[in-house]
Amino acid sequence: MKHTIQALVENKFGVLARIASLFSARGYNIESLAVGQTHDELVSCMTIVVDASDERVLDQIKKQLNKLIDVITVTDFTRREYIDRDLMLIKVFKRGNGKKSVDKIVKKFPARIAEEKKTYYLLEICAQRHQEDEILKELKKAGIKELVRTGRIAIAK
Amino acid sequence: MKGSKILVESLIKEGVDTIFGYPGGSVIPFFDSLYDAPIKFYLTRHEQAASHAADGYARLTGRVGVCVATSGPGATNLTTGIATAHMDSVPMVAITGQVKTSLIGNDAFQEADVTGVTRSVSKHNYLVKDIKDLAPTVKEAFHIAKTGRPGPVVIDLPVDIQIQDAEFDYPREINLRSYKPTYFGHPGQIKRAIRLINKAKKPVIIAGGGVLIANAAGQLLKFAQKIKAPVTTTLMGLGGFPSTHPLALGMPGMHGTIYANLAITECDLLISAGCRFDDRVTGRLDAFAPGAKIIHIDIDPTSISKNVKVDVPIVGDAKNILGQLTEEIDKEKLPDVSAWNKKVTSWKKKHPLSYKKGGKRIKPQFILEEIYRQTKGKAVIVTEVGQNQMWAAQFYKYDYPRHFLSSGGLGTMGYGFPAAIGAKIADPSKQVLDIAGDGSIQMNIQELATVAAYDIGVKIIILNNNYLGMVRQWQELFYDRRYSGTPLANPDFVKLAAACGVKGVRVKKDAEVKTAIKSILAAKGPVLADFWIEEEENVFPMVPAGEAINRMIGGMA
Repeated sequence: MKHTIQALVENKFGVLARIASLFSARGYNIESLAVGQTHDELVSCMTIVVDASDERVLDQIKKQLNKLIDVITVTDFTRREYIDRDLMLIKVFKRGNGKKSVDKIVKKFPARIAEEKKTYYLLEICAQRHQEDEILKELKKAGIKELVRTGRIAIAK
Repeated sequence: MKGSKILVESLIKEGVDTIFGYPGGSVIPFFDSLYDAPIKFYLTRHEQAASHAADGYARLTGRVGVCVATSGPGATNLTTGIATAHMDSVPMVAITGQVKTSLIGNDAFQEADVTGVTRSVSKHNYLVKDIKDLAPTVKEAFHIAKTGRPGPVVIDLPVDIQIQDAEFDYPREINLRSYKPTYFGHPGQIKRAIRLINKAKKPVIIAGGGVLIANAAGQLLKFAQKIKAPVTTTLMGLGGFPSTHPLALGMPGMHGTIYANLAITECDLLISAGCRFDDRVTGRLDAFAPGAKIIHIDIDPTSISKNVKVDVPIVGDAKNILGQLTEEIDKEKLPDVSAWNKKVTSWKKKHPLSYKKGGKRIKPQFILEEIYRQTKGKAVIVTEVGQNQMWAAQFYKYDYPRHFLSSGGLGTMGYGFPAAIGAKIADPSKQVLDIAGDGSIQMNIQELATVAAYDIGVKIIILNNNYLGMVRQWQELFYDRRYSGTPLANPDFVKLAAACGVKGVRVKKDAEVKTAIKSILAAKGPVLADFWIEEEENVFPMVPAGEAINRMIGGMA
């Protein structure tokens, strides 16, 4: 099962490496990881989406993160109210059903056409997790040329 | 003040009196500042030995052990010792030189990414890139090394920082918002634990290394006596509870006593203090204490519910929590556990640790028993890893904390000799013996030169069976006696010792053992003793890897 965990960490050299090596050394799976400075320049926020097979693994992940000296707090969003976003930039081919699919997505989801080129649209989509499947399913039908995304960020309500 | 001097002055502020290490290009300024400092420096013959010596010093005293090495190979050679200390929660600060900051990342001569290499085998590490950070980093490093669950901290210091100038202002206090270990047990958890204790008719206490680290042996004794529970001490916990006490069960697990394993298997409450349920202790997890509720006291929250599922976790220091429990338990409410203790005592009588006497060569168990008898249990026993380690754990009886030093977690061959050097330097009044195998002694045998140079009176007892004995034992039992890679063609250890200026003796006969040990113990300086033991002697009892701990082979009467 997927869990979204937030770690506030000291904004120091090497912290990302510590977290990455913790996950690899202990065999935990990271689905996505997003890092950025917070309003306090001494603190960075890491949003980590993990795939934990059971509660005990999830519990260990949280405790192991907390054990790192540079980690200030660890919050598990699993049973909390939160919103999350993931920014995707997608090039969708115009050919065939491209226009139709893109129009549909832009109408229904927080998405906009950032650029329109000769053969493709560059879509900017800031979606929530539950919307993703539907978006990608629709756009795949039209044909995706390229997709990049940021990794999920989340904030408690 | 120069950076190198700032480092030395900071170490003095931390009370460091001894450093083990090896110089090299990137630490020459540091060694220059060390030259006239009131710190004793011991030059080992290999950096790995320096890290183990610092570890032995730390385990014996409870203080932070300090070692130093140069960049690149010096630092990577320290790493095994750092990892050893990490697995066994030993407070250590390891200082490594680094190439100058402008060269970092350029594959410079003797450059290694030390913070990268040591990240997963240390409690924390630092690369000091600004001289202003140096003194606060040393302060933090010592604080982190010795508090909470102790461990090694690495300070990687580029050579140019060592020669830069800055004002020396050692911080009085530090406040790490992200690091605040818990020392006292949560009152609610203490109450929950007591409720379980008040219901348990068959309690067992399992004491690990945390009891020794927390200096909690006194509290453990009071606690065990109050609730009248038998106590098993893990390899790391040996000496945490007097092994001659009627409630003592000895060691559990793979080479533990039959009665400790039976008691764990049949108990209805297992109270763990400072033990992290290593696989060598638990055997097959689903058959470990199957009918028991488990109370787990540990200062490291990650140790709790990592391997076994725990009913009442209590995060904190073993000394405080055992004290809290003892104080709050109402004697009147405790159930009668006499039937249980009677049963446990009958197991102890029925299945004592034993070995078959006689044979072509000396029995290693007999050597350990004799050393125990002659030292009256007061010696500090340091071990290598393998059969020597297990016989030392089984046949020497530990009544005092910090008298058994062994690489339990990482299982580092070559640990014992240099760790014994560190221990003997820490307390020269103690009789310090390294119980070694003929294989593991050769992993750091170059330190014979060190003990000769400084006249360090460590006694090396080699249990020489011409095999890498523990692997040979597994091959005998599980691989059809195909002794692949395990027979050893050894050097003449006595001549080797003599070449280094160390007294060497060889003992080949049972009849010589007593007098030989007597003269070894009486010698002032270092001695290497080469005992020729039964070649295919096995460590029994034994739980095959992955088997339930009550399924022991060998030693069952």
